[in-house]
Amino acid sequence: MNRIERAFKLLNKTNSKAFVPYMMAGDGGLDCLVDRLILLEKFGASAIEVGVPFSDPVADGPTIQRAGMRALQNGTTLRGIIEELEKAREQVSIPIILMTYLNPIYAFGIDRFVEAINNAGIDGCIIPDLSLEEEEMIAPKLSEVGVELIRLVTPTTPVERIKQISSKGKGFLYAVTIKGITGTRIDMDKELYSFLNVVKSFSPLPVLAGFGIDNHDQIMELSNYCDGVVVGSKIVELFNENKMDELKQLLSINKKMSQLT
Amino acid sequence: MSVYTLPNEQGHFGKFGGRFVPETLMKAVIELEQAYEEARKDPGFYSELTGLLKQYVGRETPLYFASNLTKHAGGASIYLKREDLNHTGAHKINNALGQALLAVRMGKRKIVAETGAGQHGVATATACALLNLDCIIFMGEEDIKRQSLNVFRMELLGAKVVSVNSGSATLKDAVNEALRYWVANVDDTHYLLGSVMGPHPFPMIVRDFQSVIGKETKEQFFIVNGRLPDAVVACIGGGSNAMGMFYPFIDNKEVRLYGVEAAGKGVNTSYHAATLTKGKPGVLHGSLMYLLQNEDGQIQEAHSISAGLDYPGVGPEHSYLKDTGRAQYYSITDQEALDAFQLLSKLEGIIPALESAHAIAFAIKLASKMPSTQNIVVCLSGRGDKDVETVKTLLKGEVRNESN
Repeated sequence: MNRIERAFKLLNKTNSKAFVPYMMAGDGGLDCLVDRLILLEKFGASAIEVGVPFSDPVADGPTIQRAGMRALQNGTTLRGIIEELEKAREQVSIPIILMTYLNPIYAFGIDRFVEAINNAGIDGCIIPDLSLEEEEMIAPKLSEVGVELIRLVTPTTPVERIKQISSKGKGFLYAVTIKGITGTRIDMDKELYSFLNVVKSFSPLPVLAGFGIDNHDQIMELSNYCDGVVVGSKIVELFNENKMDELKQLLSINKKMSQLT
Repeated sequence: MSVYTLPNEQGHFGKFGGRFVPETLMKAVIELEQAYEEARKDPGFYSELTGLLKQYVGRETPLYFASNLTKHAGGASIYLKREDLNHTGAHKINNALGQALLAVRMGKRKIVAETGAGQHGVATATACALLNLDCIIFMGEEDIKRQSLNVFRMELLGAKVVSVNSGSATLKDAVNEALRYWVANVDDTHYLLGSVMGPHPFPMIVRDFQSVIGKETKEQFFIVNGRLPDAVVACIGGGSNAMGMFYPFIDNKEVRLYGVEAAGKGVNTSYHAATLTKGKPGVLHGSLMYLLQNEDGQIQEAHSISAGLDYPGVGPEHSYLKDTGRAQYYSITDQEALDAFQLLSKLEGIIPALESAHAIAFAIKLASKMPSTQNIVVCLSGRGDKDVETVKTLLKGEVRNESN
């Protein structure tokens, strides 16, 4: 069983929700990546999304764009990140999910990439610019080695397509909560809840909400409609400003989310 | 005879092209594809577009035999397809009007677009003014400085110009920002992409709207010479004027197709935009295509004296035509383009856009190696008024250097 599947089984058994922080690898230097992963696990993360910096991140807002630029200026490469994650694997037990645009993978070589992340013990992969229509180039290869390709659905995705995507999905389904880029504030409204309800009703997999989530109130509210949340820009910001207490405080919601259900 | 039918249903040209966009945009690109399929079967759509191209843009544009330039080159005859005579001064309006009509058909009254030099921005703002559509244009901070007059033009036409200072603050970053804006406003907004790039169906749509260039050229040349030209030449940034010129000739294998990229300060420096000469296949802005990138897949900045060629990618169909050998791609340096800019002005009384000057420079070299019985058509994609200030500054520098 893949580590992601196991993690959700466990959450399910204890009636808990998932809190998945996103961090940009190489922001603050690649040296601190392993320590930050250990810290996030200690603070209560259910899994961690590790971002790979890219020069042209079209799905990301200013906070993650800037973090990516800082990481690139530090000389961060996909190869370097995978090497660090391999080291981290011995000290971090929760699932590690790599989030990268397609071109760094393409330049690395798809076969080589699949082999390398599998060897490094990476559990899943999110590729925001890889559509369902184009995923044949990599999905079967990831599936073969048991690394989960996490698919995304959005408020613009038609119901038929939500069904199609969720039936193909692995690990969990990532429900993008806004029409917009990361770090944009979300509207906590009926439209969002009905979208999440629709996704939930079709998805055989756990559904995690992400994009634009940055505070406890939102998280508590959203966790009524899905199996957990991904928090990105806020975590990136707190690491960059070295606000570790606030980070700890933000992740402490995980316990509350569990007690509530 | 094989008939060229690409792209296939997935929007692929061989391994190139496709739809590599965030899921938020997939509904919009699929809807656009359906709307275009319906529009292309609708004679009403084409008669409206053709009417505007004739009455408003001034088509058809002349095919002009450049006798002085031909004499200068000393070989094949050189003809110029005068896209510079279009309303707004370049070929960009052909596509802008087509897509704006398509947007109206889809019930979208808001348009977002990117621009580098400002030519596509001006064409888009023009089409939006004509059809009463809201228009927002993203433009790199660097380009805004270099092309301040075009910014004012767009504003005069009623468009809102937004400065982009992320990344390298040039065309590729303007595309990123336009895509981000589209992601957030996709319900009521059409992205009016300016070149044969982006996710399917954009490369096909832009090519089809621009193919009026090649179709007219074919007919006009045939009327005068009773046959087809031996070669056609066009400059390439993203590649829209070249694709518009090449496409109607693809099945005429006897016609050689030449695309001319910007070599900037030289293809062996890091200041060039010669994507097909020096790049590698990769994925950017929704499409698999040749890209200027480092070994880690990070996109590199392009450089050219002409802002319209200053893009680190090149359309997927050109990527395909290069790999299959149907078209050949060469590059011309800033200096060669600058020389051709002056030469065409003096010899023919036509001031070309710096982009088009790259095609002229290559055509002169090509013609000199071909017999006088043969013929070349060059796509003169735009007029040079927008570049006069840049060239003035550069030439003053040169005069000073010579007197040293």
